[in-house]
Amino acid sequence: MKFSLASKLSAGFLLIVSGVAVFAPWVAPYSYETQDTLRTLASPSLEHWMGTDRLGRDLLSRMIYGARVSLFIGVFTTLFALLIGTVYGAISAYVGGRTDNLMMRAVDVVFALPDLLMIILITVLMGRGLMGVFIALTLVSWVTVARLVRGEVLRIKEFPYVQAAHALGASPTRILLREIFPNILSILVVTLSFRVPVAILAESTLSFIGLGISPPFSSWGSLANDGWTAIKFYPHLILFPSLAIFLTILSFNFLGDGLRETLDPRASKSPT
Amino acid sequence: MLRFVFRRILLGIPVLVTVATLTFFIMHVVPGGPFDTEKILPPEIIANIEAKYHLDKPLPMQYLLYMKQLLQGDLGPSYKYLGRGVSDIICDTFPVSFVLGLCAVLVVLGLGIPAGVISAYWKNSLLDRSVLLLAAMGISVPSFVLGAISVWIFSHQWHLLPPALWEGFRHMILPAFALGAGYAGYVARLTRTTVLDVLATDYVRTARAKGLTEPVILFKHVLKNSMYPIVSVMGPLTAGLVTGSFVIEYIFSIPGMGRFFITAVTNRDYPLIMGVTLVYAVLIVIANTVVDMVYGWLDPRVTLK
Repeated sequence: MKFSLASKLSAGFLLIVSGVAVFAPWVAPYSYETQDTLRTLASPSLEHWMGTDRLGRDLLSRMIYGARVSLFIGVFTTLFALLIGTVYGAISAYVGGRTDNLMMRAVDVVFALPDLLMIILITVLMGRGLMGVFIALTLVSWVTVARLVRGEVLRIKEFPYVQAAHALGASPTRILLREIFPNILSILVVTLSFRVPVAILAESTLSFIGLGISPPFSSWGSLANDGWTAIKFYPHLILFPSLAIFLTILSFNFLGDGLRETLDPRASKSPT
Repeated sequence: MLRFVFRRILLGIPVLVTVATLTFFIMHVVPGGPFDTEKILPPEIIANIEAKYHLDKPLPMQYLLYMKQLLQGDLGPSYKYLGRGVSDIICDTFPVSFVLGLCAVLVVLGLGIPAGVISAYWKNSLLDRSVLLLAAMGISVPSFVLGAISVWIFSHQWHLLPPALWEGFRHMILPAFALGAGYAGYVARLTRTTVLDVLATDYVRTARAKGLTEPVILFKHVLKNSMYPIVSVMGPLTAGLVTGSFVIEYIFSIPGMGRFFITAVTNRDYPLIMGVTLVYAVLIVIANTVVDMVYGWLDPRVTLK
């Protein structure tokens, strides 16, 4: 396996960010709510590397705790969507016939809904917060996975080794888990790395317009929203959260490109 | 062709009905309602208001009443903007969102296609690598980040362009750019890949062997045959631009439909939420139909059914 420099760097960056997020209480220089009332809205300095907000809270510490929320939502909604989509798509494809048709019509319906509108609607109605964002994002994104997995399973189902397992009397569960699943695993990994940034983007957008994560929690998106109101005179408040979101999404995309080139046999080698 | 359009319109109807139904029930299953305000109203008044808007009836009944009204082309009254109909509000705000979306499409195609062609033609050059890097960055940058940073640079630092509102061409540049740049990166990548494929075909080799000039080859032979994949992503792309625009409308205080949607959701203004969602859904259906028509027109091998 050979990865490009960009995807290696990206993987390194993501490892650092997730490490920092997981060990937030030990890494952060201050607590996310400690107020340094003498230095409110301070610019970056040695004491406060990213400056402070209007209540004198250390921005770096808030960013570190924000990483927890942003990454948690990005990774776990995607994993959840992947789980639901895989089970759903695999069953639909394996059973086939009328069941398949019915199950796919349901997927079409969810597809027809304008994504972001539904996410907003569900989040707000669920009473804004971690749970609302989580449910909304999962509900909207599992369908993409379901379609993808269904296509793959339909293809693999016809292969001789699956037919052989069938002829030997293996149960459908065994065939799905032991014969088919290992063969779609690499595609699932690639999908994971491309769907996580989509989820992070959706969450941060939602939080930025003030409809996503609400206090006491804060994500990079809601931090950017705090900074937006003061952008004219205190640009550092929006610059750092924006940069974090951008670099994280960029890294996931580079990583996804790298993974696809090495793991997905059908992907054409990138024409460089 | 007419039969095709007619068929697509017929196929769009069940989609719209599903969108309407799902939105309706998602809105209503959650506790809380449009008239739960901080100020506690006397129960008689609440009863009166609810009777006026049929909110006292059972949910299936409300649904049927709404659908009947919708069939007559009436989107109902807004609960919060008293005295204004939802259709009225949409008529006022839709043109703004539409123009914004159109400008963004121009940014997407105007930046994406040339960048992709240049990148493919001078493959592996420094120019190509810069385009690829820029495209990767464009795909990864959220539109609100781009919007905010460009406001800070172009409005607050350099005082070149207005930071907000919607009063003329100068006001359109930053929002259209912020909305379109990400998709431009996507289109640039796609264009590069397809142009590379076309450049490697036999008919381009033949054209070169005939001694045609490079511009003729590039524009007449390569570009035209590279357009299909781009046209086919225009459908989902338009959908993305359309629904993505409310973030931009929020940042730039643009009085478009998206901003109304956000306030409508927080206010639980049911008819307004329904109205805006339906308009978006209709737009997406139309965009997909138009894309398929253009596709059929570009590629004679595609038959429209």
